[in-house]
Amino acid sequence: MIHTAVVVALIVVGVFFLTVGTIGLLRLPNVYNRMHATSKPTTLGTAAIFLAGFVHFGPGGEGLTALIGIGFLFLTVPTGSHMIARAAERIGIPFLGSVTWPDPNAVERPERSEESERVDRPDRTERSDETEPTDD
Amino acid sequence: MTEATPAVLETAINGALILVSGLCVLCGYRVIRGPTNPDRVVALDAIATNVVAIAVLFALLTDRGLFITVSLVLAIIGFIATVAVAKFVTDGEVIE
Repeated sequence: MIHTAVVVALIVVGVFFLTVGTIGLLRLPNVYNRMHATSKPTTLGTAAIFLAGFVHFGPGGEGLTALIGIGFLFLTVPTGSHMIARAAERIGIPFLGSVTWPDPNAVERPERSEESERVDRPDRTERSDETEPTDD
Repeated sequence: MTEATPAVLETAINGALILVSGLCVLCGYRVIRGPTNPDRVVALDAIATNVVAIAVLFALLTDRGLFITVSLVLAIIGFIATVAVAKFVTDGEVIE
């Protein structure tokens, strides 16, 4: 009885967080804001559903796999979001309103791209111009 | 654990499956309409995480623990795809 109640409560919490993340993805105005809306609530929601799986299957066997899934999610989702945010800033998607980097000297574009570019590739600029989105 | 899934649990899991599938469709709106390419990548990442949740819910519904492992594999594939597409958006190539 309590077992079923705990599983149902965790599923409800997880679905709530997933819904919040999707509403944020649809409603927020900018790619950075949308990323902020999806990465954190989606991680929490899926972690809650994984936790429901852990409670349902018990602490041996598949329940441990669910715990590993929680740890993996908490490691990888922020990493992926950070990669997308860096890519979006590098292809020149503007920030919203008065948002800037904390240190304005850090966004000097050629200096930053040279410092973070390990392989010196001369055709990089025209390539990134190609992939720049034009449909606004 | 329990051989017969209780009716309350089954109803809750079915409702959650329907709701999360609808959320995947709503994320598809952002994949299609998203004004920039990183918007699409973010929406696909959200869909991948939703599919992980769907796999866990399916494991709960059918009482087969194998699908927990399936969800773990899906999470790994989603992470690799996100990193690869972010690198592709920036550099124009994935493997140099």
